[in-house]
Order: sequence, then C-alpha cells, then structure tokens
Amino acid sequence: MRLGFAQAIRKGTNHEGDLCAYCCTGRTAWGCGVARFLFWRVVQAVVVIFVVTVVVFFLLHQIPGGPARGILGIQATEDQIQAFEHEQGFDQPVPIQYLHYLGRLLQGDLGESFQLNQSVADLIGQRLPKTLVLTVLSTLVALLVAIPLGVWQAVRRNRPTDYLLSALTLLIYSTPVFLVGFVFIIVFAINAAWFPVEAPQADTLGGIFADSQALVLPVLTGAGVVLAVFSRYLRSSVVDNLDEDYVRTARAKGASETRIVTRHVLKNSLTSLVAMLGYYLPVLFSGALVTEKLFNYPGMGLLFWNAAQTSDFPILLGVVLVISLATVTGSLLADVAQALIDPRTRRVKA
Amino acid sequence: MSGPLARRLRVFRRNKLAVVGITILGLLILFCFVGPLVYHTEQTLTSLANSKLGPGVDGHPLGTDDLGYDLLGRLMLGGQTSLIIGLAAGLLATLIGTLWGTVAGYAGGWVDAVMMRIVDAGIAIPALFLLVVAAAIATPSVPMLILVIGFVSWLVPARLMRAESIALRSRAYVESMKVMGGGSVRAIGKHIIPNAIGTVIVNVTFQIADAVLLVAYVSFLGLGIPPPAANWGGMLSDGLTYAHDGAWWLILPPGLLIVMTVCAFNFIGDGLRDAFDVRFEGR
Repeated sequence: MRLGFAQAIRKGTNHEGDLCAYCCTGRTAWGCGVARFLFWRVVQAVVVIFVVTVVVFFLLHQIPGGPARGILGIQATEDQIQAFEHEQGFDQPVPIQYLHYLGRLLQGDLGESFQLNQSVADLIGQRLPKTLVLTVLSTLVALLVAIPLGVWQAVRRNRPTDYLLSALTLLIYSTPVFLVGFVFIIVFAINAAWFPVEAPQADTLGGIFADSQALVLPVLTGAGVVLAVFSRYLRSSVVDNLDEDYVRTARAKGASETRIVTRHVLKNSLTSLVAMLGYYLPVLFSGALVTEKLFNYPGMGLLFWNAAQTSDFPILLGVVLVISLATVTGSLLADVAQALIDPRTRRVKA
Repeated sequence: MSGPLARRLRVFRRNKLAVVGITILGLLILFCFVGPLVYHTEQTLTSLANSKLGPGVDGHPLGTDDLGYDLLGRLMLGGQTSLIIGLAAGLLATLIGTLWGTVAGYAGGWVDAVMMRIVDAGIAIPALFLLVVAAAIATPSVPMLILVIGFVSWLVPARLMRAESIALRSRAYVESMKVMGGGSVRAIGKHIIPNAIGTVIVNVTFQIADAVLLVAYVSFLGLGIPPPAANWGGMLSDGLTYAHDGAWWLILPPGLLIVMTVCAFNFIGDGLRDAFDVRFEGR
C-alpha cells in the first residue's frame, strides 16, 4: 500500500554517471534532454499498459469455468459454450486470443455484466465520475491539512510538538480506514446528527453535489487514508531540503526563515509531492473502495464490491483495468509535470 | 562489545520508540500464542444463548461476540492468524522483491527495463482490488492470503533493492571479484544482498505492518477467512454490524490490537532504519 519510493528515487542514485533508465541507450542521464525524456516516459507508460492488459487477460482465464462461462453466465449449456468458444476464437492459441482481447479493448469493449444486463463499459462510465468526485475532494482535503502540518513539523523538527504530531499521524496511518469512518458515523451522524449516515444516493453528479452535507463524512474518511502519508512525506522532504546548499546560500544572503521555507523549500518539496500523488492513485482508489462500501456511495468502488459478492467477473476485471489505466496515466502526467518544473528530476530515475 | 552489529544494537536501543515497539510485539506474541494455553475457551462450537454478553458477564472478561464466542479467547486465536499472515506475507513479499530488484539492477540494460516495467504494471494495479478478485476466484484461507498478499506487495522492495543493486554493482570489491572469475550469482548472493541487508530488514517490518492492515481491509470487504477461523480484521468488521446497538466491546479490542501491531512494527522499522542508517521512504 505504501509507495514512498519517490524519496528513494531522489535519494538513491543522484550521481552524474548514472544511466538514464528511460532510454536504455547507455548514455548518461545528463545526456537526456526534455524531449527525449518525455518520449521515453510515454513509451514506458505504453509498455506498462501492455503488461497490465496481459495480467488482466491472465486473470480472465483464471475465472472458474473459463472466459466463455464467464461471459455467457452460469446457465449456459455445454453446446452454447462450445459454439461461443469457437465463435469468439477461444479454441485458438492463447497469443491469438490475446490479440482478439486487445482488439476488443481498443474498441472500448469490456464485456457484459453477468447480473446487471449492461455493458461493463457503460456501468463504469456511469460510476467512475462519482468515484473521481470522492477521490479528488478527499485528496484536496488531505493536502489542505497535510501541507501546513508537514511544513510546520519540519520547521519545528525534533521538538515535543513534532513528536506528538508524528505519533498522531502514525496512529491515523495504523488505523484501518473503515474504523475511522465508522467512528465518524457514530460520533457525527448518530450521536450528534450533524450529517446523514449514508452518502448521497443521487444518480447524477449534480444531485450528489446538491446533497453536499451527506458528502462530508465520506470525503473526510477518504482523506484519512492519505493525510498521514502526505504529511509524513512532506515533513521529511522539507527537512531534507533545509539541509541543501541553496538554503545555506539563501540564509547567507539574509533571507528570513519564513521566506526560505515559503519561497525556496516549499517549491521543491511540493514538486516532489505532485509526483508522489501520481503514484498514490492506487491507494486513493483502494481508499475509495473501502469508503464507498462503508457509506454506500454509488461509485465504482461499490460497483466493484457488489460485483465481488455476485462473482460478476467482467465487472471486476473491467474495473481493475480502468483503475490501472488511470494510475498509469496519472503517474505519467505527474512525472511529466515534475520533469517540466524541476530539471533535476529528469536525470535521476531509480 | 564492539563491531558493526553491536553498534547497530546500541543505536536501536537508544531509540525509545523502537524499544517500545519490540516490547509491544513481544507482549502481543505472548498474548496470542501463550495466552490460549493459560486461558481455555470454546472457539469452535457456537453458543447463541450467550450471544453479545457485555464485558464481565458470566465469566467472560471482555464479553462475547454475536455467535457467543468468548471475546478474549477469540482475540488470542484471531491474533495468531493476523500475525502469522502478516509475518509470512511480509517475508514473502520482501524475498520476492529483493531477488527481483537485485537481479534487475545487477543485470541492467534491457533485462532491467523489462523487469522494472513489470514492477510498474504491478504498482498500477491496486493491491486491494487484486486481492478481492483473488478472493472471488477462490475461497480465502491462511496460505492463500499469505501467497496473494505476498505476491501483490513485493513491488516496493523490488524498487528499493534495484536502486541498491545499481549503486553496489560498480563497487571495487564487486568488480575485482568479477575479474577473479566470480559469477553473477556469487556477486548477488555474496556481495550485493549482504551489503544491502539493512534496506531489506527495514523493509520487512513495514511490509508486515501493511500486510496486517491489508488482511483487515479484505475482511471488511467480506472476503476474509470464513468462521470458525478468526482474525482481528474480521472480528473488527463483524463487530461494526453490532456496534450500532452499543456493543462497543466488539470493535474496541480488535481495533486497538490492529493499531498496536501496525504501530509496533513501524516503531521497530524506524529504529532499524536508524541502526542501519538506511535512507529511504518519506516516513
């Protein structure tokens, strides 16, 4: 769950002689310009997406009864299955089957749900925006708290308040999200009755925003997933940056401590936080899965959970694929943004 | 005493939180594995007449759950499962990740590129979602959860060890060993992994903490190990159903034990990181 390797990337191989891992051309990383970096980063993302489709294709073949049973449903007869397998080319060699699968994916065909009598692509299309609303709001709330917290802790590092806040964030990190959400429900929804117990149930995004009071607890719960990680990451990033030469230079030039943090250090730390955000998308989606189940929020996570209860494999694998694609795209955008803002990151890659 | 090991032990002992972590962990292991030898309870046959008794009622110090199992005894039994899955899955993940990352970093070039793109793809597929799919394909059991959690969480150690391997492979002692005719297996097994052992050991503790949490999440999603087996995550999520009615004793103890376990492993990990002077992860 924890992907704190962005730090490792920065720390691990920061030598001039390192090879640029994106282009495998054997030239040193310093030889790689922006265009080359961007090109190879996109190539990398495409390769990763390819590997993801192979994994999901493999899982599709692990379904009890095989993909034909998976698509036709439990009540299909043996003849129907054979006819379907021939029609769909499932009697052909596996690599050919994979190409067919890839072809269907490219047309946006993720198969049909067993239970809901709808195409998986349509179902995900309806649910994904709602999950995005939840994750984006949760992330914003988490950042809003984590950034000042992390910076404040770093500036006042190794003092009692810093230790106290570190302990607190570790405590939040160690508590299962559903327990945090449940405590929220008991305290704020049942005892205090400030917010409803259930998330907004509206079909449209507008309806969900209209019921904004019901959105508060799910968003706070979702924020709890990453708040601790973000603030801990930012704290150590700011602490590291405060040791850098440029900070010493700024101090020597008479810059105030506030100016150093806000104008110099924060810029660098936030850039690496942006890159980390991209890599944290899987965690955010996992948090959404748990939060949506707890609050009965009709997003992609709940769709996934319901599908797991009814063994609706086309939905399960469709959601896995879509989330993985979103993650690859997200981390690509984050890396590109970081590379454009901070030229130093272009030469290091672990 | 002197030498690197003694020095590391000193640094570790100086970290108060790490000592607290080790102590908590020791007590938890005693509680779960020695406790049932002292405190005998019925944990297989249900007793619906004694369902949801409060703490202290009828000789049940922590009360009973919805099926009438004594909660204190069940916490011991459930803790065994949670700790075994956490430890085994954490070790498995680190083992796979260490070998994978070291080989990739040592080999370099296209081998490295291919191996690391597989890691990238694995990271893109959220572990919790994969676990749910696995649980929908086959009924969860302890060995299955260990295997699946191990196979979804080896990616971070792989990345860390690749970076270590790249840094170490061009060291003089590795180079000179190769000049003398030593092979890749020897270089990786005798030189690179032993020199990066700090990273490995520190990572194991964080992996175990995360595995304990993952088991809890899977149980919450209703795909945990079915009864009469128990684990803290399952007890916690089952308890949520009844806590609305005021049965707080069903969620507080398992919740507390999970939080304590995860915190303890994180404390130990932080202490070990100082002892081995490993710099990684922003935590």
